[in-house]
Amino acid sequence: MELVQLLISGISQGCVYGLIALGFVLIYKATEMVNFAQGDLMMLGAFIAFGFINVLGWPFLWGFLATLAVMGVVGATLERLLLRPMIGEPPFAVLMLTIGLGFILRAVAGAIWGYEDKTLSTPYGGGVARWGEVSVGYENIAVVLGTLVLCVLVFVFFRKTRVGIAMQAASQNQLAAYYVGIPVKWIFALVWAMSAMISATAGILVAPLSLINPIMGFVGIKAFAAAIVGGFGSLPGAFLAGLMIGIVEQFAKHGLPSGLEGFSETTAYVILLIMLFIRPEGIFATMQRKKV
Amino acid sequence: MTLLAADNVSISFGGVQAVSDVSFEVAAGQVYSIIGPNGAGKTTLFNLVSRLYDVDAGSITFNGEPITRVPPHQVAERGIARTFQNTELFEHETVLKNLLIGHHVHRKTALWEELLFLPKVREQDLVFRRQVEDVIDLLDLQSYREQIIGNLPYGVRKMVEIARALCLGPRLILLDEPSSGLNPEETEDLSFWIEDINEELGITVVMVEHDMNLVNQVSDRVLALANGVVIAVGTPSEIQGHPDVIRAYLGD
Amino acid sequence: MRFVLKTRYAQDVDFFQHNGQRFWYGLLALFVFVAPFLLDDFYTGELALVFIYAIAGIGLMLLVGYTGLVSLGHAAFLAIGAYAHAYFMTEGAPFIVSLIGATAVCVVVGAIVGIPSLRMTGIYLAVATLAFAQIVEKVLAHWESVTGGHRGMAVPEPELFSWSLGAPRAFYFLVLLVLIGALFSALNLLRSPTGRAMIAIRDSEISAQAMGIHLARVKTTSFAVSAGFTGLAGGLLAHKIGYLAPDAFTILISIQLLLMVVVGGLGSMHGVIYGAFFIGLLPQGIAFLRESLPPGIGQIPGLEPGIFGLILVLFLVYEPLGIFGRWIKIRLFFSEFPLYRKSTYKRQKSYLRTERVH
Repeated sequence: MELVQLLISGISQGCVYGLIALGFVLIYKATEMVNFAQGDLMMLGAFIAFGFINVLGWPFLWGFLATLAVMGVVGATLERLLLRPMIGEPPFAVLMLTIGLGFILRAVAGAIWGYEDKTLSTPYGGGVARWGEVSVGYENIAVVLGTLVLCVLVFVFFRKTRVGIAMQAASQNQLAAYYVGIPVKWIFALVWAMSAMISATAGILVAPLSLINPIMGFVGIKAFAAAIVGGFGSLPGAFLAGLMIGIVEQFAKHGLPSGLEGFSETTAYVILLIMLFIRPEGIFATMQRKKV
Repeated sequence: MTLLAADNVSISFGGVQAVSDVSFEVAAGQVYSIIGPNGAGKTTLFNLVSRLYDVDAGSITFNGEPITRVPPHQVAERGIARTFQNTELFEHETVLKNLLIGHHVHRKTALWEELLFLPKVREQDLVFRRQVEDVIDLLDLQSYREQIIGNLPYGVRKMVEIARALCLGPRLILLDEPSSGLNPEETEDLSFWIEDINEELGITVVMVEHDMNLVNQVSDRVLALANGVVIAVGTPSEIQGHPDVIRAYLGD
Repeated sequence: MRFVLKTRYAQDVDFFQHNGQRFWYGLLALFVFVAPFLLDDFYTGELALVFIYAIAGIGLMLLVGYTGLVSLGHAAFLAIGAYAHAYFMTEGAPFIVSLIGATAVCVVVGAIVGIPSLRMTGIYLAVATLAFAQIVEKVLAHWESVTGGHRGMAVPEPELFSWSLGAPRAFYFLVLLVLIGALFSALNLLRSPTGRAMIAIRDSEISAQAMGIHLARVKTTSFAVSAGFTGLAGGLLAHKIGYLAPDAFTILISIQLLLMVVVGGLGSMHGVIYGAFFIGLLPQGIAFLRESLPPGIGQIPGLEPGIFGLILVLFLVYEPLGIFGRWIKIRLFFSEFPLYRKSTYKRQKSYLRTERVH
């Protein structure tokens, strides 16, 4: 049942990609800004959780919630300090800004917690479930479950709540949203806070699987590819693409001839390039062209 | 002779039929105006001729040759220039640079020659510069040569847009709402310039316009569109009194 | 305040509009040629490195600053240029031939990368170049027969007609001459129709098409030329670092190159030079800063990328026109004193979504 085994690790890895991609797309849909530091927000969330749970010794649930709260504040603060002045600037400038932000976050995390790998204590750590010949670590199950819950929450938020709809309005036309009384600046801060919290959750879920260190955020780049493959601007697309990449990557790692396993790292990029060739808009296209 | 002709052209966006079975003929040397209420499909028609959109059905011919499927940059090479409703100028560059870019279709130098800036590249650039100066003289843009587009007032930008189109050396120029945003004096200047372009330079002018005074003053022929279909075509006075046109603008 | 009275069209075409410019650039040229005789070997070497970055920056600036196509993977061209050059030289090709060959390889690869770029805009293109660079990095690491894989590859000394150019001073002049040639050809390109077409594409693709500019051809050309310049820099860089390994050309290098053009000032060749000095000398500056900071803070590892990021962020928020932009503002201030208005450079913000679908 090695196939199923691979599938499961692929799904759980894919969920991580999908969650980070979700964070990207959330910010992009609402503010039209591309956040290259999404992976580093995940990293920061994981470290802060480590700080609460392992260093301060708080129970897992409290540590988890506290991390979310802190990351929410961090997200909103970053938005207020750095991104607010950049509203209306060309997208390239914002992209570069977030790249710089990523550098800063990594340096800060490294300065506070150091560069050695850390582990996060979780209540479900180490356990393994078995069905027949298939064994799945509890961490993997947690990742998938956590992701599902989060996706449902985000979906409901956007479709059913007033704030969610206001966000969609602000994303389509900021000026018009202002005119109808939507507090666009609050919305932006909220979006960043939410996105940071989602990434923090991803960080906490993935921490038992991959260990925490300042450069764990580089997985964000692959998640970025996933967001694009899914159709930049589509939440379900980003998530599905993340899943797909995670699964294909696992299979590539085991399927490639020996000596070339390293190439499995490039799976996300190869899929991205293929996608950009045959269907640049992504799986669920949302890009429009300028009307002249 | 017919310079530009459209034959049963149609295009729809999603569920909206923007242009439906539209045909028209523009004779060489004419000033041809297209009028109609908002949403009539006028700019869409222009975009079809400039090949920014693909037609769903029908054909477009220019100078006897079909241009229905040619790539957009070829439209300019064949001699059609256009201006845009919301000026699409090169914002970060000077007026001079914008106009020089208009000469792109006339260049005869290869990449390697340009990298070395051989004398022929220099000669070519001086020729272009001289020709740009002629256009600047025609449209009175002398004081704006070295200004960055971003700093210019709206009326001047519209003129720069027209000037840039002229630098192409076109046979036909598509003007998309040239008088929108201009005050009465500027509009009057515009009407003189359109006449100059048409009579002195021999360029056929096709324009989308809302200002009926301007239309009456300069046009040889007028096409009236509403909801993507042709409702009338004729001389300005014929169109003015045409019951369908009045109904389209004023309702029943 | 200087008013330049133009009496000939040639003045618009030439590089120097008036004698004042000729004077200052002449002075700069003098200094640059005399520098290695005034500085010791270490600083001469550092200056040579700055020049190499500048050559790479010329390539990236043409693509990003002038054509408006963002590349997050330009380190790949640096790598290809470096490895190709080292490989050709090890196989026996003379220095100049090898360097030209490496540049040619990069031009071809750049053109190939440029072709799909037509179907992508803005952010999509940026990520595609990133993906490309990651793949190239992996390929170079695994192509052992040519690149030596993770073991690395030694780079032979540069030599011209059996004179070695490996010594710091000789290498400095070699790099300087290449830089001057590169600057010259880039500036030539920019004042000719193709260069103007690139600028047109940056500012308005739709308009550019309406002017008869063949988007595909110009974009591909831009990619190819950009890759060529960066590859050339890569070849020279190979000699400077002496030993090539795949992890010398990571995404961090790509971002450093972007940092160079952004901080230097997008859209001008001056920006390239300022930016090159910035990233070439910043590590020294940081090292110096570390020593003057109190021991607790100064010893923190990994501070350097953090400072890079901080400077990038500060520039983007407070001085988006870069170092060159700031210099222009300062110059304007003095030339218009006391009538200088801050709003001259007030940024135009565009809020409408469709406006930013560029």
